[in-house]
Amino acid sequence: MADDQFYRDYILDHFRHPRNYGRLENPDIAHEEYNPLCGDLVGMDFRIQDGTIEDVRFHGRGCAISQASASLMTERLKGMPLEEARKITKEDVLAELGIEISAARLKCALLPLKVVKVGAYGLTDVDEEEFGS
Amino acid sequence: MLATYDVEALRQDFPFLQTGVAYLDSANTSQRPRQVLEAMERYFTGFNANIHRSAYRASEQATEAYEGARDKVRAFLNAASRKEIIYTRGTTEGINLVAYSWGRQNIRAGDLIVLTIMEHHSNIVPWQILAREKGARLAYVDVDEQGLLRQDQFETLLQQGPRLVCFTQVSNTLGTINPYREMTASAKAAGATVLIDGAQGAPHLGIDVQETGCDFYAFSGHKICGPTGIGILYGRRELLEAMPPFMGGGDMIRAVRLYDTDYAPLPEKFEAGTQAIAEAIGLGAAIDYVQGVGLDAIHAHEQALAEYALEALSEVSGLRVFGPPASGRAGVISMWMDGIHPHDLSTILDRHDVNIRAGHNCTMPLMERLGVPATARASFYLYTTRKEIDRLVAGLEDAKRIFG
Repeated sequence: MADDQFYRDYILDHFRHPRNYGRLENPDIAHEEYNPLCGDLVGMDFRIQDGTIEDVRFHGRGCAISQASASLMTERLKGMPLEEARKITKEDVLAELGIEISAARLKCALLPLKVVKVGAYGLTDVDEEEFGS
Repeated sequence: MLATYDVEALRQDFPFLQTGVAYLDSANTSQRPRQVLEAMERYFTGFNANIHRSAYRASEQATEAYEGARDKVRAFLNAASRKEIIYTRGTTEGINLVAYSWGRQNIRAGDLIVLTIMEHHSNIVPWQILAREKGARLAYVDVDEQGLLRQDQFETLLQQGPRLVCFTQVSNTLGTINPYREMTASAKAAGATVLIDGAQGAPHLGIDVQETGCDFYAFSGHKICGPTGIGILYGRRELLEAMPPFMGGGDMIRAVRLYDTDYAPLPEKFEAGTQAIAEAIGLGAAIDYVQGVGLDAIHAHEQALAEYALEALSEVSGLRVFGPPASGRAGVISMWMDGIHPHDLSTILDRHDVNIRAGHNCTMPLMERLGVPATARASFYLYTTRKEIDRLVAGLEDAKRIFG
């Protein structure tokens, strides 16, 4: 397959060269999510100023989809008002990835969204179905 | 025997294989031949009725087919009596039946239960539940670098006088064929009750339970060319007779009064409720099919495939293959590719119409021991071809190219 329609160049590029990768010193918020089924891990550190995400870094390991999705997510979040970030949906994430995600891989794609929702907003009663569980 | 092994002819029996997919996930669930589907359809269309209950011909015919399948299983395992063959939903239910019934009656505080690190979760979790309830202890036999059970450790644990020893005949992740006869003999000599998980063993090696001397043996229909929702627990009669029922309900009783019940004799004592009749009949047909091909021939075929695959995979750079050499393994190969997560490998292989398993294979403690979060696993059965292994290798190379 010369041109794989799933692992498109920009997905692989984000996987190989993740944006905003690393940790922040003394972050205002830090949260990690882990999928024990496949070992995917995504964590994010946030610096918040005047209700806006001034800086964000992610770290993690796992499949190309989870890590590329996290990288894309940090690009989207940087400089975004918290109120706006709160409204990011599953559909937004999938649209940004721009590929057909099968049910089995949904969890990988949505792990970074779960980090944002659970971590940044302290949601405790998360509807697991929302994140592909 | 291999000279007469006509894999292409066998493949004609399997409708799904006609789709052109290279199905390399038989350790997960096998494909089912027409013979099995037809046996089930004959029941549904010809004598669809409940068993054991009604005095009309269809019901009698259904009972005959259902009990006939039990006889086939008895012969397949060489059990001494058909009373020792209990229908379950699968291996998991069989092990749970033993844990809840025999375990609750026989395991006491401080007792030692010996397991191995390569067990499937279904041969770990029921024992954790039991051990917690009873205050019993669990101990695990480790694997060596080749993926073989540490027999020295096993012997040491046996010296502590375990009450129960449970291990798998064949590892679903490493493919390791355990020396189950020797291990059973040692454990019995040490006074332990022995349960063997035959989920991966029964379809590829079979077993002679009398010669082996195990007390319990559980396997699933769907990994041996049969349907899902049906499995077998073999139990030594003396033990089954002494055990309390696992589930109460219809069919497992002789007489019910308001405040007590006489239970049915074996095997019905452990078969409460309406059974998976079509599935039991399908399992009987599957066992006929597998025995028709011949377990020795199947094993030889898979061993040759494993040898071929291990050789081909050793040429793929960056690929780590777990488990023992072909001589000691069934048709199961777990892999880890540097820089490519098993999920990504599986997705790319799927785009080549090659189906493998990606994940922890329900062996999380073993994953931890191997130091990987998951593996990509290819597994073979009687219908697998070298061409399919070539397609696997080509898919792996493509994955490397995409991620390169």
